[in-house]
Amino acid sequence: MWNRLTLTELAQRLAQRETSASEALAACWDRIQQVDPVLHAYLSCDIAEARLQAEAADRALASGATHREQPLLGVPISLKDIIAVREQPLTCGSKLLANFVSPYDAAVTEKLRAAGAVLFGRLNLDEFAMGSSTENSGFGPARNPWDPSRIPGGSSGGSAVAVAADECAAALGSDTGGSVRQPAACCGVVGLKPTYGRVSRYGLVAYASSLDQIGTLTKDVRDAATLLGAIGGHDPRDSTSVPQPVPDYTATLEQGVRGLKLGLPKEYFVGGLDPEVRAAVEAAVAQFQQLGAETIEISLPHTDYAIAAYYIIAPAEASANLARFDGVRYGSRVAGADLLELYQRTRGAGFGPEVKRRIILGTYVLSSGYYDAYYLRAQKVRTLIRQDFLEAFGTVDAILTPTTPSAAFPLGEKSDDPLRMYLEDIYTVSCNLAGICGLSLPCGFTRQPRLPIGLQLLGKPFGEATLLRLAYAYEQATSWHREKPPLPHAPERA
Amino acid sequence: MDYEPVIGLETHVQLRTQSKMWCGCANAFGAPPNTHVCPVCLGLPGVLPVANDAALRLTVLTGLLLRCEIPPRAKFDRKNYFYPDMPKNYQLTQYDQPSAMGGYVEFEFQGRIERVRLTRIHLEEDVGKSFHFDRHSGVDFNRAGVPLLEIVSEPDLTSAEMAYAYLNALKDILIYGGVSDCDMEKGMVRCDVNVSVRPAGSRGLGAKIELKNLNSFSGVRQALEHEISRQIKVLNRGGALVQSTRRWDEVLGVTEEMRTKEDAHDYRYFPDPDLMPLEPTEAWLAEVREGVVELPLARKQRFMHDYQLPAADAQSFVDDPTLGDYFERIARGAANAKAVANWVINDLRARLADSGWGLHDLKFEPRGILELVGLVERGQLSHKLAQEVFAQMFRTGRSPAAIVKERRLAQVSDTAALEAFCDQALAAHPGPVNDYRSGKTAALNFLKGQVMKLSQGKANPALVGEILERKLREPTPSSS
Ligand SMILES: [Zn+2]
Repeated sequence: MWNRLTLTELAQRLAQRETSASEALAACWDRIQQVDPVLHAYLSCDIAEARLQAEAADRALASGATHREQPLLGVPISLKDIIAVREQPLTCGSKLLANFVSPYDAAVTEKLRAAGAVLFGRLNLDEFAMGSSTENSGFGPARNPWDPSRIPGGSSGGSAVAVAADECAAALGSDTGGSVRQPAACCGVVGLKPTYGRVSRYGLVAYASSLDQIGTLTKDVRDAATLLGAIGGHDPRDSTSVPQPVPDYTATLEQGVRGLKLGLPKEYFVGGLDPEVRAAVEAAVAQFQQLGAETIEISLPHTDYAIAAYYIIAPAEASANLARFDGVRYGSRVAGADLLELYQRTRGAGFGPEVKRRIILGTYVLSSGYYDAYYLRAQKVRTLIRQDFLEAFGTVDAILTPTTPSAAFPLGEKSDDPLRMYLEDIYTVSCNLAGICGLSLPCGFTRQPRLPIGLQLLGKPFGEATLLRLAYAYEQATSWHREKPPLPHAPERA
Repeated sequence: MDYEPVIGLETHVQLRTQSKMWCGCANAFGAPPNTHVCPVCLGLPGVLPVANDAALRLTVLTGLLLRCEIPPRAKFDRKNYFYPDMPKNYQLTQYDQPSAMGGYVEFEFQGRIERVRLTRIHLEEDVGKSFHFDRHSGVDFNRAGVPLLEIVSEPDLTSAEMAYAYLNALKDILIYGGVSDCDMEKGMVRCDVNVSVRPAGSRGLGAKIELKNLNSFSGVRQALEHEISRQIKVLNRGGALVQSTRRWDEVLGVTEEMRTKEDAHDYRYFPDPDLMPLEPTEAWLAEVREGVVELPLARKQRFMHDYQLPAADAQSFVDDPTLGDYFERIARGAANAKAVANWVINDLRARLADSGWGLHDLKFEPRGILELVGLVERGQLSHKLAQEVFAQMFRTGRSPAAIVKERRLAQVSDTAALEAFCDQALAAHPGPVNDYRSGKTAALNFLKGQVMKLSQGKANPALVGEILERKLREPTPSSS
């Protein structure tokens, strides 16, 4: 049962010695045995090593260590398999890195260790974080705990599933165009994408460097505040991380929302939005009004160009970021008669179709003669999109939108149609292009089948405290986050 | 038809920094393969570069030394191509916004001061080094990520010899500025050369041929000599040249074609999103400016002008800057700087070489040389004895005055004493006296030598000469 608690609740029980880190980890491990054969949230789990960490946490607790100094002491947390953990696999969901073990810790890994977390398990994802359904995983998709015939969202699908299905207390994912918020919405958990530069990217395998940001997937808003506090902050090893002090995000959670202004971008409430999702979001708007927030309609005029700009910039950066995976120094090599053939065979066999598609797309848009028309223009659009947001934040404290146009869709439904799949990110990509922060939290369920719906809040650069405060007030007034998926499911017949 | 070459050089120089460009690994030559490496310079998944401030400073310093414009904003770009010696399969370099633009190198060439304009100076990362064995290949990544400067010249060079002179001048400047050790043996300087020929006097440009892989200045000169005559031969035979890249084969002494323009790479440059643009602040620039030193050519000219030194002496102080600095400390107060230069260049340098000492090991005060020069000038010490004094001063660190006093080496200029020595010598050698008087004036030197012997070398030779001559002209005392 310890696995069902939120991070905050578990930390309290650990602090009161009602349970131990080892017990909490064992509960998670039992749960994984029980549900993960179907859900496939985890790609691997070095439970023996995790037990050593838990025992060390228990020894620390026994010798008087406190959660004031180490807020995550003894709490089992899992990471998306694209964040480096020393001596653990780092597959990035790619066959090419199936046997790669990281020799070093990511910055967030170090921070979590310092905060006392027990790090265990490698979470499933779309290969190199490219995708919105986790179907692009090189090792088989993860499945939605609310309905295993449906996708859990992506690319941090494994992270959302593991949290939703109580396989861990909390998880980290990465969000390049919605990869934390969209799966959070699909699985009914809280997903927070911090401002670009808030969390060090050192040790996060890059998909699109100017858009990537590590984010949290948690069972509630307070957990998100605690976890962000633990992983945020400047890191000299990441030149794009920003030397801004990290506030105590939990301290301002309960300040309420009275007087705060919420913007509703008219461009986000148009065709393509599922009526049930629209209704849930509108109900949330009413809820915020009731809590004392003011809501006004705003305009983000360049919204329509966001997907196009994103699918130029992200693949362009990815085409260079993924060049290093050539089988020469590490990774699964497929030999060839000469160097070129070695490259071709290694990458041909190692990368899945979506990764290849984006590498080719990115290579194309950066090519001589096309650079100005695509890459440069996309960068200009990006600047306009950021300006849209900064202008809006001149009058509102945060922006409220749906996280996804519809609830989780069935596996395979969009896998043959990349463009339809790309539209899954329509409400989330702008946040990354603008470099601002965003959060998704549960705001209701569809009727038939019963699937979670996500509400997205977008905030000013380094405005995470306000987002968390808004989300917390809403969460306190509703009970969506307390709903648990109907698990366990029987393994699905093929 | 007469043809003239048009030459431009791209010179790659490893910067003298403690650590590599993006990580803390040592920037050091000669370690066993793959011992100065870390996740960052190996390009492991998830790592990020952090720009080495010392390398950025040396780059801007180079720009200042070479009179470049320092743009308010520079950035790093990714240059994409696959090669096993490049861990990321892209190289970080400054593509369209380099750290320094324009500028020039001035140097002496065939008796004139030549000026070669620079296009730009940019900073990039070096790559690893491939080794090929019987059945496999290996890469040493110790060099990967070492900061590398690329200095691009305008096509202002007109001969292989001039290119050679330019490179040597550039090297001297970089060593002077502490930018690079420019150790060719360690591969710290490498060149790519662009060369074309055109009918003499015409203004158009011929097909540009790039020569790659030149790792010595003499190699550049040889390759250019060979390539220029090859191009002229092709044209004279009525052939045509196409834009292409050729490799210099040092062993065979020929250039061979690698690729033509048709299969040129598309490097797909784009700004590196992992690094912030560089916008040097005034304070930062001011700090860098403090490192600006006098350039070798300017120094030579100044030494010739201020101290009235001949070119060769001035060049000695350019070639050995610390010796030159030492000289200047003494010469500033000297009436006869040339005499000081002689002591420093001849005597001091020789003794330093013999003893294996450096200037910082010297036991005597620099003003000792000034004293020595004064003693000789005032006729208080013969040059021969001065050298002995110098030797002792070098050994013991004592002042020349003290040595002279202790060894009673002071030149005897007291006329009464000298007269006595002269009388003694004349009396002892009637033969030479007679020789002199009968017109064999060479006998005077013998008699002078006798006086010097009697005085133990201390007699003032000029006075001795005068006295002897006077006495020899006098009627012989004995015959009166
Ligand atoms: Zn390194």
